[in-house]
Amino acid sequence: MTTMSSIITVVRNASAPVRMNDRIGSWIAPAIMLVVLLAAPAVLSDFRIALLGKFLTFAMLALSLNLIWGYAGMLSLGHGVFFGLGGYAMAMYLKLESAGGKLPDFMFWSGLTELPFFWAPFKYAWFAIPMTFIVPAVLAGALGYLVFRSRITGVYFALITQALALIVSILFIGQQAYTGGTNGITNYTTIFGYPLNAPSMQLILYYASVTALTAAYLLCWWLISSRLGRLLVAMRDDENRVRFSGYDPAVLKTLVFSLSAGIAGVAGALFTPQVGIISPTMMGIVPSIEIAIWVAVGGRGVLLGAILGAVVVNGAKSGLSESFPAMWQYFLGLLFIGAVLLFPSGIMGLLRGEGWRKPWWLSREQVRGAISRRLPGAQR
Amino acid sequence: MIGSTNNSASRNGSSPTPDLSKPILSVEGLTVSFDGFTVLNELDLAIGYGEMRFLIGPNGAGKTTLIDVITGKSKPTRGRIIFDGTTDLSRRQEYQLVRLGVGRKFQTPSIFASLTVYQNLEVTLGFRSRITRLLGKPRRGEGDRIMSTLEEVGLQHRAQDIAGGLSHGEKQWLEIGMLLVQEPKLLLLDEPVAGMTRRERDRTGELLQSIGGARSVLVVEHDMDFVRQFAQTVTVLHLGKVLSEGTMEEVQQDPEVIRAYLGNSRSQRPQAGRLNGRREAEHAAPVAAD
Repeated sequence: MTTMSSIITVVRNASAPVRMNDRIGSWIAPAIMLVVLLAAPAVLSDFRIALLGKFLTFAMLALSLNLIWGYAGMLSLGHGVFFGLGGYAMAMYLKLESAGGKLPDFMFWSGLTELPFFWAPFKYAWFAIPMTFIVPAVLAGALGYLVFRSRITGVYFALITQALALIVSILFIGQQAYTGGTNGITNYTTIFGYPLNAPSMQLILYYASVTALTAAYLLCWWLISSRLGRLLVAMRDDENRVRFSGYDPAVLKTLVFSLSAGIAGVAGALFTPQVGIISPTMMGIVPSIEIAIWVAVGGRGVLLGAILGAVVVNGAKSGLSESFPAMWQYFLGLLFIGAVLLFPSGIMGLLRGEGWRKPWWLSREQVRGAISRRLPGAQR
Repeated sequence: MIGSTNNSASRNGSSPTPDLSKPILSVEGLTVSFDGFTVLNELDLAIGYGEMRFLIGPNGAGKTTLIDVITGKSKPTRGRIIFDGTTDLSRRQEYQLVRLGVGRKFQTPSIFASLTVYQNLEVTLGFRSRITRLLGKPRRGEGDRIMSTLEEVGLQHRAQDIAGGLSHGEKQWLEIGMLLVQEPKLLLLDEPVAGMTRRERDRTGELLQSIGGARSVLVVEHDMDFVRQFAQTVTVLHLGKVLSEGTMEEVQQDPEVIRAYLGNSRSQRPQAGRLNGRREAEHAAPVAAD
């Protein structure tokens, strides 16, 4: 009966717009989260901080997907590619630095005798770091413009991005001499001349991740609270009306898709030095779908939701996969089904006391009856 | 992107002051065929500046197709659509036509359901702004313009409500408001009173009368009571051609029109009744054809 009445409460609250909660969602909760993240190294072990640092890059990736899926309604199932491209751009720099002017080991094994021309500029950090944003953003921009100009939307867009994930991961596996093939690019020892695996460097990278995530959050927040952000939501609601209101949806969608891919790329660039490897497995179909699950579990259309979702799901993943290595995928599946069936607005929806779907085992009459019992004399 | 201030086009001389004796919209020899089926057949139609024109016709006459072609949704097979003196509309994208000043309301209300009523208008108001402008603060005076438009369509008390929660009639008004705030030169309304209650219908009629005069309006409507009550000039479309034009009384007397509505239909009486405004027959006929 208690669970029943609490369900009823949220069903009833779902209809009222919650304004105070908006402020909590956009300022207070993120500020608390930031303080917790900044203080975490004082409490957690080096191992946990390294893990959390990795999760924060995933959180940034989820944030970038939430921007286009949660607000503009474009589900990309290929965001792993953009994350991966950023990761590879960073890995190229790290690898060249570690090789110390010599040819990277995997190229030597594959029979190359000199550095390919497109690898050469990546020995400079000032070139490699902007490229972690630019390469994915340009790829997304080009693909996006072609797709959106042809008015391909919804599930067809999702399928095309999924095909992109497949193609790019196969391409990277096949071009072993240039990309390191299945093994990816690994074995870096230094970053900007400092040893990479020193605890202090790991801490610096952790704080770099916190900073980048905060910057990405503020950028997304500024974007979605502007009129352009409302225009994105408008496109999700009724793209045709946007077109017949004098906007070109293809241009708007291309811009935001490209920006999202760039953010994902920067997340990948922070992932690579912390984990020590980037490989095609990060860019395939499965990880790309997992990103969508993080966002769905955390809460689509709420910036903080994606961050929470990525950290919670990955935290559960590393916890559960230590105890039940073979079962993890089932838990993930159950979590996703639960999110779709019971709390479509994700964790954020639950926290804000909205977004419960009426459980299918309760009839409308039962819900209505319970409400009227709680509210004597009420109409509904 | 087109420059941002309103009415600047006419001021800076890029388009000369329009000759008001000429039509704002002139459709010349317009033919539209889909897979060999001719929907519009050598259609000629002209609408003057400040005129409010009603377009009626049996199902399948090509009314919605005509609006589709004017707004760039469909492309003509042959013919020209001249807007505001010089511009041929048939070569442009939908969003470009809106920037030229052609606004369109759809048959079913199409609004942004998860934004507030105010935000719905705010979003459409920015249609001539650059992207960078859309990221900044709204211009001064925009708020007043939005509120006065909301007042015009009678939704000022709902400004802060989520648009998805409006009633059907209110959604129709909101969509009209979203167009009005853009100050279009020509407004195309596809069945604005479909699904409305009698009172909502009357209010919509009054709204249309207040809009008319300042701008040209083309209304496609099935509801003959409504047309009789609010229309001055009526154009009857049949089989992709203009069959008759005049006041409602005139076209009702036109033997051609009576024959078209009787047509080769087997049930003659209900069809005849439809033209004469008995509404019971109207919804017996399928609406999907046009």
